[in-house]
Amino acid sequence: MKTPLHDVHAELGASFTDFAGWQMPVRYTSELAEHRAVREAAGLFDLSHMGEIELTGPGAAAALDHAFVGRLSAVTPGRARYTMLCAPDGGVLDDLVVYRLAEERYLVVANAGNAAVVSRELTARAEGFEAEVTDRSAETALIAVQGPNAAAILGPLTDADLTGLKYYASMPATVSGHELLLARTGYTGEDGFELFLPAAEAPALWRKLAAAGREHGLLPAGLACRDTLRLEAGMPLYGNELGPELTPFHANLGRVVKLDKPGDFVGKVALERAGDPDRVLVGLKGSGRRAPRHGYRVLHGDDAVGEVTSGALSPTLGYPIAMAYVPPALREPGTALSVDIRGRVEPVEVVALPFYQR
Amino acid sequence: MHIPADRSYTKEHEWIRLDDGVATVGITAFAAEALGDVVFVQLPAVGESVTAGEVCGEIESTKSVSELFAPATGEVVEVNEATVESPELVNSDPYESGWLFRVRTDSVPELLDDAAYAALTQEG
Repeated sequence: MKTPLHDVHAELGASFTDFAGWQMPVRYTSELAEHRAVREAAGLFDLSHMGEIELTGPGAAAALDHAFVGRLSAVTPGRARYTMLCAPDGGVLDDLVVYRLAEERYLVVANAGNAAVVSRELTARAEGFEAEVTDRSAETALIAVQGPNAAAILGPLTDADLTGLKYYASMPATVSGHELLLARTGYTGEDGFELFLPAAEAPALWRKLAAAGREHGLLPAGLACRDTLRLEAGMPLYGNELGPELTPFHANLGRVVKLDKPGDFVGKVALERAGDPDRVLVGLKGSGRRAPRHGYRVLHGDDAVGEVTSGALSPTLGYPIAMAYVPPALREPGTALSVDIRGRVEPVEVVALPFYQR
Repeated sequence: MHIPADRSYTKEHEWIRLDDGVATVGITAFAAEALGDVVFVQLPAVGESVTAGEVCGEIESTKSVSELFAPATGEVVEVNEATVESPELVNSDPYESGWLFRVRTDSVPELLDDAAYAALTQEG
């Protein structure tokens, strides 16, 4: 599948990769330059592969409280929340952001690879509630402007009060003549915005943002740097740190599970009984330049005790960083472990997450 | 993409140039582009013997790891310390300052010339 911005990426000379069935730009020139631009200036991302599912109606809030582990009914209109969709056994089916647009209107933004599952599950779980589920993924484009200069780039293009738009908030806005939903959210560890708009308008808005951002150091940014940015920020990636065989507790995200919210929700019984997880997600810091990578074994002495979920030579920090699942007894920062990097055992140290904070 | 005519190429996207019994080895611009930003190179040590077609090192980019194959049999006589220090040379100048190592060798196996390599990269 191609996003509505595919031709724009091709014009820019992007390298493409398959991601959840989508042809996505992995980099335009250099992923390190794109990574640095987001940390120091700004980056422009096409996230149109993500799923957008709308819930409307007097029962929308109650339906979401039933469908997700969080208490979405408590979210104020105009605000957003990070939450999870769990299976009845407590396993994570997706991690996502839910925007409450109005009293009776929510927008659920799902990972591309899980969009169909989320849409299907929401439809099923909303049954019996006064709520209508509409999958808007095909008609919706998503463009993100991320980085310390994001507000300076968007400011002159809109009448919206950006200063008043808090982190994890959204509002309808007009940007460069395009009516859209403007959200202050992201997946990079930087300040930034996500712009939801009709697919057909995406190329025009992209070009306007790219032009306006030029003097602010904005670069088009691909999925390669998106991954290193989120890793530095300690954010989980579904399929790496999260999956159906893991509960939110494994990933240290128990705070998103609201066991005490009124009513029943899917996965509640299993999550109540889950107890202490047998393995937990930790940060690892290496030395040298060889990075632990997804699937590599984590060792404690000579014993294999866990597995790396994501890793890279951190572009910002200059040393190898990784996330891994290990037994809870080995979770304390300072714990000395090692990783089998293609037959060579390299020492690593458990460190607190995130690796990088703006 | 420019492919110099003064050297030979392997199917593993490496280049080799023989001067007076010493072969200089690097990876091609096509390979560098496919890898993305190179952040680490693991090269054979000076004095080490390498065998044509066998793994002798690694190249890591932000997103991937690739094995480096010896394109000729012989003894490593020099490694490019500049590339070890600054692996980005592999991206910025793969055919010149971004070379990897040198091997003293009697024979270079039958390899691809620039036209054959160009054809290989166009097969996708």
